[in-house]
Amino acid sequence: MSALRDRLAAGQFTITAELSPPRGASAAAMLGRAELLRGWVDAVNITDNQGSHVRLSSWAGAAAVRQSGIIEPIMQMTCRDRNRIALQSDLLGAGALGIENLLFMSGDHPKFGDHPGAKPVFDMDSTQLTWTARTLRDEGRLLSGKELNPAPRFFLGAVENPFAPPVEYRAQRAAKKIAAGAQFIQTQYVFDLDVFTRWVTDLGELGVLDRCSVLAGVGVIRSARMLDFLASGKVPGVQIPEPVIRRLRGVAADDVGAEGAKIAAELIAALRQIPGVAGVHLLTAGYERQTAGLLRMAGVDRSALMDESALVGKSSDGD
Amino acid sequence: MTRLAAGPRSVPHRPRLSARLAYLMQKVLKPNAANRRFGAAVERVPLARTLFTATERASKERLFGCRMCGQCALPVTGYSCPMGCPKELRNGPCGGVGPGGACEVYPEKRCVWVVGFERAASQGAAADLRRLQRPIDHRRWGESSWLNYWAGRDDDLWTDDDGLASPPHMGEVE
Repeated sequence: MSALRDRLAAGQFTITAELSPPRGASAAAMLGRAELLRGWVDAVNITDNQGSHVRLSSWAGAAAVRQSGIIEPIMQMTCRDRNRIALQSDLLGAGALGIENLLFMSGDHPKFGDHPGAKPVFDMDSTQLTWTARTLRDEGRLLSGKELNPAPRFFLGAVENPFAPPVEYRAQRAAKKIAAGAQFIQTQYVFDLDVFTRWVTDLGELGVLDRCSVLAGVGVIRSARMLDFLASGKVPGVQIPEPVIRRLRGVAADDVGAEGAKIAAELIAALRQIPGVAGVHLLTAGYERQTAGLLRMAGVDRSALMDESALVGKSSDGD
Repeated sequence: MTRLAAGPRSVPHRPRLSARLAYLMQKVLKPNAANRRFGAAVERVPLARTLFTATERASKERLFGCRMCGQCALPVTGYSCPMGCPKELRNGPCGGVGPGGACEVYPEKRCVWVVGFERAASQGAAADLRRLQRPIDHRRWGESSWLNYWAGRDDDLWTDDDGLASPPHMGEVE
């Protein structure tokens, strides 16, 4: 059972966060970081070799997190490294391990990672992969037409960047993923509320918000160095608006982290007020120790959720 | 089956044929009784097929950076080739497009999907980009997509509409 799906269906403000698997053959440290999010976050994305850097695989990471009972995992899957045979095989594997929440994306190009000479696979794109997962689940068959016994249970997610050109096409592109089967969408960093609100309004006009929940991406600029890096325009898909840069440059270098957290907290509070926004997705991997404080600053009350999440660890199916 | 070696790497290519001319060309190329008959005749003679495929390759490579995937999406992508996308996205663009429309992998080039959207919109065809593109068949690299198009072998490459009214069927991918 996907508690994430139930929470979104109930219309409760939902928080997801990103958790990167380690570069190493143990999930222990990652589970330690997950523990810091317990009760504060409804589900964690287990990233799939993020930025094309080799890490412990997302299905193994998701399985470890699920087994720990700390928090519900969302397994990310990119199209970069696997063809349609391997992707479908891993989808079945996720189903067998009880990993229901999935998130599909094209994936960063190998050029940006630690093995830039790797073959970029991209046999399918993220829309087609979402469509594939829905076909496995709803039609109970592979793309070849062969029947599955049994079919997997999935809760399907996709991503979109409302701020990347062509901005006027971005809601339609999200709608394509929704037509393909996406039930929730997590976005790239939101800093520009006007552009974001326009995008959500467009989704409403396309009539897709009743079948897909939007989780707005929120990041924290943690240091002057991170600000320089993100503002350089060299990070694919990330654009920091001028007023945000000015505000962070206006404080002492040592205070950028605190000001960045304040901005993030204000964004969370503001996003919560936008009709059509089901929750926020924290793009804050490595920030687990400060996440509870950030949410408290944003006025998110998690005391009720803490009780619910204590029950998650006592699932009845023996894992 | 006549095949030519697959074309160059996936690098964004700026179309050399204006959007207006490309959409005019579409009126001639879209399947009709005449080109269907012509295509069938060409397919019957191996040498004719080879020469026809080589001509298609030479012209489309120059005009659109064609890589001969054999399953042409140009009619519904503003005549900007998606196989020039370094991720070969058939349902692009990805989220990494730079502020000015730059490709994230080749920042000196414009994203093929940004170009395609602009070209389609300029001809009143932006709605074409709402169609869902199915995965391609990698056995067909090097084939003539015009012959495939006229023979109806490309009919299931994309959905008829945006797929929102009823769940689009993926179809069988062999």
